[in-house]
Amino acid sequence: MKRGPAFYAQLGFTLFVCAFLIAPVILSILAGVTVNYQSGVQSGFTLRWVYAVWDGYRDTIFLSIGISLACLAGTLILGIPAAYALAKRQNAFSRALEELLVMPVAVPGLATALALIVTYGGVGGFRTSWVFILVGHILFTLPFMVRSVLAVLSAIDLKTLEEGAASLGATFWQRFFHVVLPNCRGGILAGSLMVVTLSMGEFNMTWLLHTPLTKTLPVGLADAYASLRLEIGSAYTLVFFLMIVPLLVALQWLGQARPTKFVAEDE
Amino acid sequence: MTETMKPLAITLTGCAKTFADGTKALEPLDLAINAGETVVLLGPSGCGKTTTLRIIAGLEQPDAGGKVMFDGEGVTPLSIEKRNVGMVFQSYALFPNMSVAENIGYGLRLRKTPTEALRARVGEMLAMMRIEKLADRRIDQLSGGQRQRVALARALAVRPRALLLDEPLTALDAKLRDALRIEIDELLRRLGITAVYVTHDQAEAMALGDRIVVMEHGKVAQIGTPRDIYQRPATLFVADFIGTMNRVQGRVANGGFVTAAGTIPWAGAPAHITEAMFRPQDISLAEGGDAHLRGTIAAAFFLGDRTRLAVNVGGEKPLILETGTRRDFKHGETVGLRIDPHGLLSL
Repeated sequence: MKRGPAFYAQLGFTLFVCAFLIAPVILSILAGVTVNYQSGVQSGFTLRWVYAVWDGYRDTIFLSIGISLACLAGTLILGIPAAYALAKRQNAFSRALEELLVMPVAVPGLATALALIVTYGGVGGFRTSWVFILVGHILFTLPFMVRSVLAVLSAIDLKTLEEGAASLGATFWQRFFHVVLPNCRGGILAGSLMVVTLSMGEFNMTWLLHTPLTKTLPVGLADAYASLRLEIGSAYTLVFFLMIVPLLVALQWLGQARPTKFVAEDE
Repeated sequence: MTETMKPLAITLTGCAKTFADGTKALEPLDLAINAGETVVLLGPSGCGKTTTLRIIAGLEQPDAGGKVMFDGEGVTPLSIEKRNVGMVFQSYALFPNMSVAENIGYGLRLRKTPTEALRARVGEMLAMMRIEKLADRRIDQLSGGQRQRVALARALAVRPRALLLDEPLTALDAKLRDALRIEIDELLRRLGITAVYVTHDQAEAMALGDRIVVMEHGKVAQIGTPRDIYQRPATLFVADFIGTMNRVQGRVANGGFVTAAGTIPWAGAPAHITEAMFRPQDISLAEGGDAHLRGTIAAAFFLGDRTRLAVNVGGEKPLILETGTRRDFKHGETVGLRIDPHGLLSL
């Protein structure tokens, strides 16, 4: 097939945009493993900065993973039943509630955080524990879980599917676990990816909610950029990538695994 | 087939249904369905037929005072999962997350059927519906007709006490609908199961029903065998809804029914009637003195094996008849019509 100049122009443009977007990532990663960023790559490569990050910020990494997984659990437990209830009852009230649920995304994180501090800041043990940050994260990420699950539930004929299951003798919980949940798997997976990435990277709310003992990864990152060498900050970015990519791949893989069969395939 | 289900008798007494928004879907209804019988609930959309089926199924509760009984035992407060009735839906309601075999076996799995027995029963159902090859397919890989077969197999796998079908063929194309209708008819007769079938298609109702319940505006218009309903419609609505009914206006005089287009001999005509009714097959073309009525051709549709004619005789609507003659008909041509006296009806 003969390709005209238009094709090459488009290809060139696409490559340019890709390069524009990827270059900072590569430069940042490189900066994290160069001996001296000022003198460039010639100064040689080292893992020294990565070790430094590991030494200084190991706790923030584990705390971030912990919070994002707890946040995922929280949004699953709260979000799926909420989406199910909203999908089952479509009326003016449920639509209003659906809109309200999005509020924490629209309101600046700083404002939400401030409200949390004003209201619960006095509750000593709560204010100083990581659960305080978790509450903020769940508030902020819940709409993403509800929305994506609700989108899938609205696309399938939920009512008839449930009636079909009921006619075969399925109780409410059997219907929920055998029919409703498996059929909104796609929405749950999409929501989970969203929640974990958002929670892991959340900065502006966490920055207000954290205490020196409950620093999350992005807060630590800001610290590192602000007060330490550029190389350490960059190495921190590298660590962040190394953490989040496998986590997302694992989630994706979990979401795709087929449920076990109860009827043998060979007939 | 080793079906040992004892057919179920279903009785509804005073079952009305008013929805939350105040719409009255069903006037108080009494209906007795005999064990092993196929009853078709027939009517236009909004007549209450589906509501009636859902009350039998346990998917809707009748208004206070209404009672549903299975073999004389009250089941009104029981929800569908406790009634052990098989249900087939217009939209199939198959579970997309399960294969064909898993769908069919789902009811058995809920009943904690041992694996061996479950597999045997699923195999039996697949064979019965002739869909063995589809056992491992996903639902989205099936055609509409195949889906409905799976839905039937799934509903029957648990040996339900009755089979409830809600417009099961409506989503299919005409040819497939006919084929599957014959299959369902055969199946219901072979199993001897009590079946309640909802449809708006009168041909389907006539073919499947031992008895037909014609419904209109939430009320029963007539209950009877297909023959009863076709030959002795109780109301104008039933007469018009089931098949084609010709109506011509006039009055009774001298042992005949006198119309503007001629006189139809009718010995036993009730004296007060102003309208005579007859089916298309009771009209034949006739010449000269043999003709009872004369009219002009309003439309002629050549259907291959026959020609469908609409003949204007000065009534509200032209008369419809079919003829097997080979001749051509012209618009506006005058023809003579002879009415078979056995086919004459009045209300």
